[in-house]
Amino acid sequence: MSILIDRNTRVIVQGITGREGQFHASQMIAYGTNVVGGVTPGKGGQEVLGVPVFDTVKQAVDATGANCSIIFVPAAYAAEAVLEAADNGVELIVCITEGIPVQDMIEAVQYVRKKGVRLIGPNCPGLITAGEALVGILPGRIFTPGPVGLVSRSGTLTYEVVNELTSRGIGQSTCVGIGGDPIIGTRFIDVLKMFEEDPKTEIVIMIGEIGGSDEEEAAEYIKTMKTPVVSFISGRTAPPGKRMGHAGAIISGNRGTAQSKVAALEAAGVPVAETIIDIVDKVAERLGK
Amino acid sequence: MKLIESQAKAIFAQAGIPVPTGRIAHTPEEARAIAEEIGGRVVVKAQVPIGGRGKAGAIQLADDPEAAFQQASRILAMDVRGYKVERVLVEQAAEIKQEFYLSITVDRDKQANVVILSAAGGMDIEEIAEKHPEKVAKLWLDAGLGLRDFQIRQIAVQAGVPAELLKQLAPIMRKLYEILRSHDAMLVEINPLALLGDGRLVALDGKMEIDDNALFRQQALASLKEAEGDHPLEIEARKRGLAYVKLDGHVGVIGNGAGLVMTTLDMIQRSGGKAANFLDIGGGAKAEVVRNALEVVLSDPDVKSVLINVFGGITRCDEVAKGLLDVMRSMGVKVPVVVRLVGTNEEEGRRLLEGTELTPAATFQEAARKAVLAAQG
Repeated sequence: MSILIDRNTRVIVQGITGREGQFHASQMIAYGTNVVGGVTPGKGGQEVLGVPVFDTVKQAVDATGANCSIIFVPAAYAAEAVLEAADNGVELIVCITEGIPVQDMIEAVQYVRKKGVRLIGPNCPGLITAGEALVGILPGRIFTPGPVGLVSRSGTLTYEVVNELTSRGIGQSTCVGIGGDPIIGTRFIDVLKMFEEDPKTEIVIMIGEIGGSDEEEAAEYIKTMKTPVVSFISGRTAPPGKRMGHAGAIISGNRGTAQSKVAALEAAGVPVAETIIDIVDKVAERLGK
Repeated sequence: MKLIESQAKAIFAQAGIPVPTGRIAHTPEEARAIAEEIGGRVVVKAQVPIGGRGKAGAIQLADDPEAAFQQASRILAMDVRGYKVERVLVEQAAEIKQEFYLSITVDRDKQANVVILSAAGGMDIEEIAEKHPEKVAKLWLDAGLGLRDFQIRQIAVQAGVPAELLKQLAPIMRKLYEILRSHDAMLVEINPLALLGDGRLVALDGKMEIDDNALFRQQALASLKEAEGDHPLEIEARKRGLAYVKLDGHVGVIGNGAGLVMTTLDMIQRSGGKAANFLDIGGGAKAEVVRNALEVVLSDPDVKSVLINVFGGITRCDEVAKGLLDVMRSMGVKVPVVVRLVGTNEEEGRRLLEGTELTPAATFQEAARKAVLAAQG
């Protein structure tokens, strides 16, 4: 068991003929992901990396039975790609693209929700179920199967933590990058609920950052969880009003500060680590390692 | 990107939302001439992208052109919470009977646009929202439906807007929503939306914030992008396509990934120092990007040391190290540079840096400590 994806997930790649799409599709295939096809309008009939390319998601789903799509489409067209996937029976959409206009994402997020489709991202590294499937741009070689579930707004911080976990012999179940944008399809609370139901995940690491109030909302839910959660918040020293790389990492007025998130988590009894090493120490301690 | 009042009002006027007659002045003489043209009482308003102008004394009434000249010379010499006033808006003064608040903004928690309307508009709206939330009506929109007439009636009733004003309010709300969508705004705000003595509803102030992600399709706005308020290094970095924020410490920071860089700033503070900037070079870490990043960071005279913190994921650390050494050698860097490379092939990467002018560090803590020490010289 794991959450969201496993070795049986049938994946299509929207934007497979582009440089990024093709490179990461090859990495996903090398990891063992069941990539069954790709979509690039106007390139239907070609074959890339040994899988067929289609003009539309509909053709791709009809021909391959895909139930998951990963999107490497430029920002101007990415929200449209999300709508197309959601409209054609894909159950899980992972949108890697960074820089999608917010109004486009509001439309897309509301639409997938109505359709009952799960969207991860945008502006995210995707997700990986260690040893089974990679649907994203995470470096597969640092992951190893084990009991730790991880959910994060930051890609590289995820890699840092996983690298440290793996080097200390602690494996991972599924790691989900939910993305750094203000409007995203899947939030902390959604992933925490899935981990809570997953028998393979014994402990969860939640990596948050300044901006918004998803961490505060998650803290409320964690109070009801049986699976323990360890957290980390980046941006404790970030100045207000400045967009810190991620479009969603901005303190507006006195909302979205690291202090507010740390306080909410601590009030919920969640240990908040001070450094990356500290995260792994806290996890190791709770796993008795 | 924030628009200043006169820019927002120009957009309102074009969409058919009533605004007062007025124009921008860069000098007191221009302000006098505009006041003469308008005739009667005018208001002189500092044009800076920040709230609280009224309380700062940067909005003044003037009874005649001479007074407009006086007020403009005073306001043009002002600094409003860090923003130097470079122009004023001179507008016909209005006799206000009641002030309403109207805005549409992005609610990230509800993942929807939200219309906010209150019959208690004006300077203290934030305080009212906090102490009397029942006086502030909110309506979350379905992107597919847009803003419908029944919703406008509903929120007007909820906010306690007199029924006879609905005829004027409805088109203003519809146009405001159109502006939000057509201009890719994160916020469009009218405060106050004033009921004047003659019974008209007029937007006496206007505020807009544009989504930076959408500037590629908002060419007209992108060219307006106000450089003022941004640090010159931030403007330079933006030109080079880098996510850079100027800070007030002495350790220059370059890293890959927003979360990693933010954490690096936090670690520098934990080690007793302060970062001079935030700079995220993103994934891939190509030599050209590293060069651009170093050039921007090193051109900052505040920078006394540099910390490069890279996680090699898909990219291998040894390749990053080689690229870094090439760039450093061709640039002739004068301040100490601490490099932490972690991830794929980190051992090889570190070995390549040994014995060079770069200081290798194995852990986050060690890197931050070395960079802070180096900055203290």
